[in-house]
Amino acid sequence: MDLQTMTYLVVGATFALYIGIAFWARASTTGEFYVAGKGIHPVANGMATAADWMSAASFISMAGLIAFNGYGASVFLMGWTGGYVLLAMLLAPYLRKFGKFTVPEFIGERYYSRTARIVAVICLILASVTYVIGQMKGIGVAFSRFLETDYDTGLFIGMGIVFVYAVMGGMKGITYTQIAQYCVLIFAYTVPAIFISMNITGVPLPQLGLGADMVDGSMSMLDKLDLVVSDLGFTEYTTQILGSKVNMFAYTLSLMIGTAGLPHVIIRFFTVPKVRDARASAGWALVFIAILYTTAPAVGAMARLNLMETIQTGPVGEVSANLSYDERPQWFKNWEKTGLLQYEDKNGDGRIQYYNDKNEAFASKAESFGWKGNEMVKVDRDIMVLANPEIANLPNWVIALVVAGGLAAALSTAAGLLLAIASSISHDLLKGVFTPSISEKNELMAGRFAMAGAIALAGYFGLHPPDFAAGTVAIAFGLAASSIFPALMMGIFNKRANRAGAIWGMSAGIGVTMLYVFQHKGIMFIPGTDFLGSMDPNWFFGISPNAFGAVGAVVNFAVAIGISKMTSPPPEHIQHLVEDIRVPSGAGAATGH
Amino acid sequence: MSDRASYWKANIRLVSWCLVVWFIVSYGLGIILVEQMNTISIGGYKLGFWFAQQGSIYTFVVLIFFYAWRMNKLDRQFNVHED
Repeated sequence: MDLQTMTYLVVGATFALYIGIAFWARASTTGEFYVAGKGIHPVANGMATAADWMSAASFISMAGLIAFNGYGASVFLMGWTGGYVLLAMLLAPYLRKFGKFTVPEFIGERYYSRTARIVAVICLILASVTYVIGQMKGIGVAFSRFLETDYDTGLFIGMGIVFVYAVMGGMKGITYTQIAQYCVLIFAYTVPAIFISMNITGVPLPQLGLGADMVDGSMSMLDKLDLVVSDLGFTEYTTQILGSKVNMFAYTLSLMIGTAGLPHVIIRFFTVPKVRDARASAGWALVFIAILYTTAPAVGAMARLNLMETIQTGPVGEVSANLSYDERPQWFKNWEKTGLLQYEDKNGDGRIQYYNDKNEAFASKAESFGWKGNEMVKVDRDIMVLANPEIANLPNWVIALVVAGGLAAALSTAAGLLLAIASSISHDLLKGVFTPSISEKNELMAGRFAMAGAIALAGYFGLHPPDFAAGTVAIAFGLAASSIFPALMMGIFNKRANRAGAIWGMSAGIGVTMLYVFQHKGIMFIPGTDFLGSMDPNWFFGISPNAFGAVGAVVNFAVAIGISKMTSPPPEHIQHLVEDIRVPSGAGAATGH
Repeated sequence: MSDRASYWKANIRLVSWCLVVWFIVSYGLGIILVEQMNTISIGGYKLGFWFAQQGSIYTFVVLIFFYAWRMNKLDRQFNVHED
């Protein structure tokens, strides 16, 4: 069977499964819509959280970033897993004990203020919508390859499917579907990784294969990769740093704190039966996430090696060692169609030269070979995972599976985020603040409208994403890190934190972060409106905009603690509330009021 | 009330130790000291690189389960557990 038919078949079958589950478990009450009722087992909840969590950024984009940034991309690996430690120890059990539906609800009650609740809703929406933009980029890439169209068309089709899928289900449907999606995506991620690891090192387990020797026994796989990339003027893979070490530190911290501040993940821990389960759930979620995250470094490194060796088939400098464009493999042609891979024959020799033309030391060498610049003018990082099985000549069913897995990852996260956006608008703003008498039915309706609006907005920005999927998502984490996490943590651990502190802290934190992102990436990410340029010399201590959430969080903590000290302490009943959430006993089911 | 206060104190102590480990494996060995760690190799991995891309993640998983197990014990010890 040819690849196209096979892909339709596999993607179609998995979609039928998700829609079937969503329909079977569709929500009928607001409780089911927001938190799936109660009584989801910690392991099942962990699995659903993992699917919710691992988005297009993890599945499609991350290994590509690892492939091209080597050691520097460790920030994503550590950042997106280490946050669960914070979540498990600092937030999840206490928020579960508090027992409400949404994050702004906690903030509103803890800081006895409707203003605080509204500020939290705004921060939450900003972070979530930015996150959905990142998903849309991933969905656009996956659909454009799958349907063999250009990126924009792929994006529009993806928006339509997300709409049907998320708007119908609600949390109950989403939870069960996400368990199915986890199975699809983890299978789709690990199977090709095992194949490729076997091909290159003979070791089936990718986690070990990455540290193993090449099949020919000449040297270790990572040494070989270091050699291959540095021969072409690129930075050595295992020591390549992302910006500076300060930047890597801030980047990792921003992603970790952001993980613990993202509403769609926190909501997950409201759905387990007990406080005890909230702790275990975070652990299980990380187990399921770690399976993919410890495989990704192998996928990235091996994809890079395969890509380099496909184009540079022999010793650097020998004419015949550069792949002839006419003999380029099928996957190359497929990705050229999407516009995400572009070749330009700069020296007119009909062969492909792929090297680092920004490396001045290598430039004279390249010139002596008759090379006129890097001819792979565009290699979108986000295509690496999807292209990887094709580059490694794996069977068609594996390639089809990876497309299905990528879509599963993007859809499950987009759905979870859209739900968080919907609940904050319908539950926190309408029912909580503006129209408390709204009926359940109308509340659900408003939630669905909010989702549709968010999809349209994210789709619009998805046409001109500010960065690769993972980079866009990193900005979303920065926004969550600088606003939500500090307010939640102080709400639990600092009894003295009060209304004014929380409101000013959140506003200052997210304000500083957004200002920094916009001044370097353009206002609302519109190209050309960035007033300080995106160049590194203007970065504060060399910290990139994607990593600035860490600084924003520090600002938030400092402002909140300072202002709380200067203003009157929270009332008696709030101090009791804090004491109460600090002990597990007496936790009831989550309620809406 | 004093019982609750000592429960909270024990909890803070546990969390602090866990976060020290959390910091060391990721920021310490994976970023700050990576060059020094890279002079050591295990298999084909440089150790600093291994901590940044593999080791820290394994440690995180173990840490959370360790914390959950210790907290459940504390809950019983101070009689604040559920049901």
